[in-house]
Amino acid sequence: MLNSIFVILFFQLVGEFIQKFLELSVPGPVIGLFLLLIILLMSKKNYYKIPINFQINLINSAENLLNYLPLLFIPVGVGVVMHLSLLEDNLVPVMLVIIIGTLLTLAVTAFVMDKLLKEVNKDD
Amino acid sequence: MIDQQKLYEIWVYLQAEPLFWLTLTIGSYLIADYFYRRSSLFPLLNPVAISVLIVSVILLTFDIQYERYFDGAKFIHFLLGPATVALAIPIYKKWDLILSNSRAIFISLIIGSVFAIFITYGLSSYFELQQELILSLLPRSVTAPIAMGISELIGGIPSLTAIITIITGIIGASLGIFVFDLMNLKKMEARGFSLGLASHGVGTARAMSRDANAGVFAAVGMGLSGLVTSLILPLFIKFIF
Repeated sequence: MLNSIFVILFFQLVGEFIQKFLELSVPGPVIGLFLLLIILLMSKKNYYKIPINFQINLINSAENLLNYLPLLFIPVGVGVVMHLSLLEDNLVPVMLVIIIGTLLTLAVTAFVMDKLLKEVNKDD
Repeated sequence: MIDQQKLYEIWVYLQAEPLFWLTLTIGSYLIADYFYRRSSLFPLLNPVAISVLIVSVILLTFDIQYERYFDGAKFIHFLLGPATVALAIPIYKKWDLILSNSRAIFISLIIGSVFAIFITYGLSSYFELQQELILSLLPRSVTAPIAMGISELIGGIPSLTAIITIITGIIGASLGIFVFDLMNLKKMEARGFSLGLASHGVGTARAMSRDANAGVFAAVGMGLSGLVTSLILPLFIKFIF
């Protein structure tokens, strides 16, 4: 458990370091995500071995954390409500842009994807 | 007989402590999540939206500064970073499925990301918003830290972009399903991918709670659209303004 927490934090730390060092616009945790993914995929290709116990541990910790993903957005969400006044008189048009824009983007993207996807095996 | 003065003193002490706000945040989430499940996952009862509402009403009623609340809530907020890194695991587990659909992912990624920019620009021009506000709106589909970075780069107001981005996430997560049902879209991977692309982390959280494949495709959509948008949006700005 502690091992996997360490690995996740470590990859975030490396990601943050790379982001600051190279002054990238991609956030540190996203870089950490890519790095961890690459490391995991390389082990799958047998470049090296990650002990199976540790893999199971890591998968469990990650999935536990991701179960609570919605919870993690509450502090920022509350910040939005408390700072809505920043939008001043533009609140209504901005909300309309967001609602219409988001729903149309969802529709277009999902439509294109739906047409191009191969039939997915459900128990994959 | 309850000593009101003493109760008041305890309240004054507790509301200044992180513990109180941390407990309130988790408590509201548990309540919101309970009703969401009881309603058999009725989309408008989105747990994020409802718990944000509960906490905000309490803060506004008792006239509490956001900074004070965040002093407790920051412990939860901190976990967003590790959770983002942890998204590598579900992606890794479904890697073959993602690879075998890489063409579909690439094409939808480009079309979706470009469309998000054009529709936002079109609508905000239609409503005759000021240029600074338009620039703050444009990056709104991607995850907040990327959106704020882009906003700063193109001349928007990052804090405004943060607000707009989170609202986008909550709207997509709670209303998206109505669009998909209306279009009669059956493939969970398509639903998930577009949720991640159009409403980033909040959409991904939502997709993950519904279907494992939808969640993975949402995470992929969120990560890739963040990259693509940060590359093409500055070019779009050069072209338009």
